[in-house]
Amino acid sequence: MTAVTLPLETTRAPGRLRLTSYAAWQLLLWIPTLVAVVFMVLGGTLAIAWLGIGLLLWVVPMMRWLAGRHRAMAAQTLGVPVPAEYRPVPEGTHLVGRVMVWALDPMTWRELAWALVSVTLGLLLSMIAVLLFVCVVTGALWWFGIEPIMRARARLDCLFLSYGRTERLEQRVADLTQSRAHVVDHSAAELRRLERDLHDGAQARLVALSMSLGMADEAFDTDPERARRLVSEARSTTTAALGDLRSVVRGIHPPVLADRGLTGGVEALALDLPLPVEVEARLEGRPPAPVESALYFGIAECLANVGKHAGAEHAWVRIRHRDGVLRAIVGDDGRGGADPATGSGMLGVMRRLAAFDGTMSVSSPAGGPTIITLEVPCGLSSPKTTPSSEPD
Amino acid sequence: MRLVLAEDNALLRAGLSTLLESHGFSILHAVDHAADLDAALADPAAEAAVLDVRMPPTFTDEGLRAAITARAARPGFPVMVLSQYVESLYARELLASGTGAVGYLLKDRVADVAEFAEGVRRVAAGGTVLDPEVVATVLARRREEPLDRLTAREREVLGLMAEGRSNAAIAQRLSVTEKAVSKHINAIFTKLDLPVDEDDHRRVRAVLAWLRV
Repeated sequence: MTAVTLPLETTRAPGRLRLTSYAAWQLLLWIPTLVAVVFMVLGGTLAIAWLGIGLLLWVVPMMRWLAGRHRAMAAQTLGVPVPAEYRPVPEGTHLVGRVMVWALDPMTWRELAWALVSVTLGLLLSMIAVLLFVCVVTGALWWFGIEPIMRARARLDCLFLSYGRTERLEQRVADLTQSRAHVVDHSAAELRRLERDLHDGAQARLVALSMSLGMADEAFDTDPERARRLVSEARSTTTAALGDLRSVVRGIHPPVLADRGLTGGVEALALDLPLPVEVEARLEGRPPAPVESALYFGIAECLANVGKHAGAEHAWVRIRHRDGVLRAIVGDDGRGGADPATGSGMLGVMRRLAAFDGTMSVSSPAGGPTIITLEVPCGLSSPKTTPSSEPD
Repeated sequence: MRLVLAEDNALLRAGLSTLLESHGFSILHAVDHAADLDAALADPAAEAAVLDVRMPPTFTDEGLRAAITARAARPGFPVMVLSQYVESLYARELLASGTGAVGYLLKDRVADVAEFAEGVRRVAAGGTVLDPEVVATVLARRREEPLDRLTAREREVLGLMAEGRSNAAIAQRLSVTEKAVSKHINAIFTKLDLPVDEDDHRRVRAVLAWLRV
């Protein structure tokens, strides 16, 4: 996805001369736009016979560049941002795959429609603007007319080149529906796991414990030696049951996270890892508890993978909160080649973060290093008063 | 020996009191809230403390914080910290709060009554008692210099030292003679470049080096 660079650095509304220069640019871009339309239609038609693929591979970027110039001019004219919202092409996609992504991107079709309008109606508007300026006698008309004309042109471009409010909301609803479904699935799976852990672990041990004690109760009078053995057995069963409960609790909400927040929690994680992990966290306050927990488990998963797969000598975790985004970066100097698509754990982390509009991106070229960035937009609460022994 | 006992669960507090008293300790103050704990720890008559990590008002780690504060005010004040779970991070903080006289155990260990009482006594005498779970976690870590120089057996011995075991107990656990154990321990001291001083302090220092405090 390429960001649109504005032709100008000014933030002021462009003056009449500048608007006229936009119109002149638009006239100049008319020919390339016409060419792009023709080749795009041609390429699309020939794509069935493979021939058009090659054509599309250069005409689509050209169309995007042309649209980008017009977006930038519209943004300047109207004084509002006109972002280019393309679907991202996953890294390493082969050429045909790239064309497929383009073909399925509604913005590609919008740009084609835009180009058709741009070479007709758009041309007319820009041409009027330039003509009013060039024919000196129409100077008065130019003085009053240039702004409305260029605004109309900019609106026309925007209509096609950016998504409307309804479409944005539709997209948002689709995203939220998907992430909500994942969250529901995830929590249902978590509950099942908890139920199983408790059932197979602590619960089973407590049954055994009560049996041992019952038998000991019977044996006290007849066989004190056996009773003693049973009681000691009961004690070791209790220890095991407590151990099970502890690991269940750690899976729900690690106590150290509750005590010390994200920084302390991650430091504790780092300490238990079989390789040195450098933790650098600068947080002014605490993020909301669910975000904190999602990020903690995300980092835990990344670090566990470092320990298991990376063959790394060192790893590091950096946590920052800047511009309303909480960002954690987990890196290691291992062999790289981590693929988030193959690990169910990583997928789980992505879904968990998605529930908070968070994202995870992985950069892991073969040979390393692996750098995983977890981001969640959120605020921080004011620095939590450190738990002290003062009465509340 | 007069102890301060802090535990917010009434049942456990009563149980611990009974247990400790039956092993020759006397409970000077038994508190259930972090607010009363500082005052109790400031009592000059207190000789050691047995503390729960999680207590009111915030139910996070006030017991641990109180222990560290108390040891800052009274260097070497013996503290045994109990918890439902153990964290290497907390063990490190406790150990960093002074040389020796600290214990950090899972509450489960109280079940072994005699050994628990012995642990408290050892902490009161200036020793270090770490929970086997902490020890196991640290043993699982890939170590750097200078601990890499230790042999597997020496690391095992160091782990048992961290749990607060005596030479005799270590010898029994590893099925070797006490003489062999002290030979291992001397090798550890040499490899970790620990200066010669009172034996107990060297033991503590070895444990500290091992936890990379």
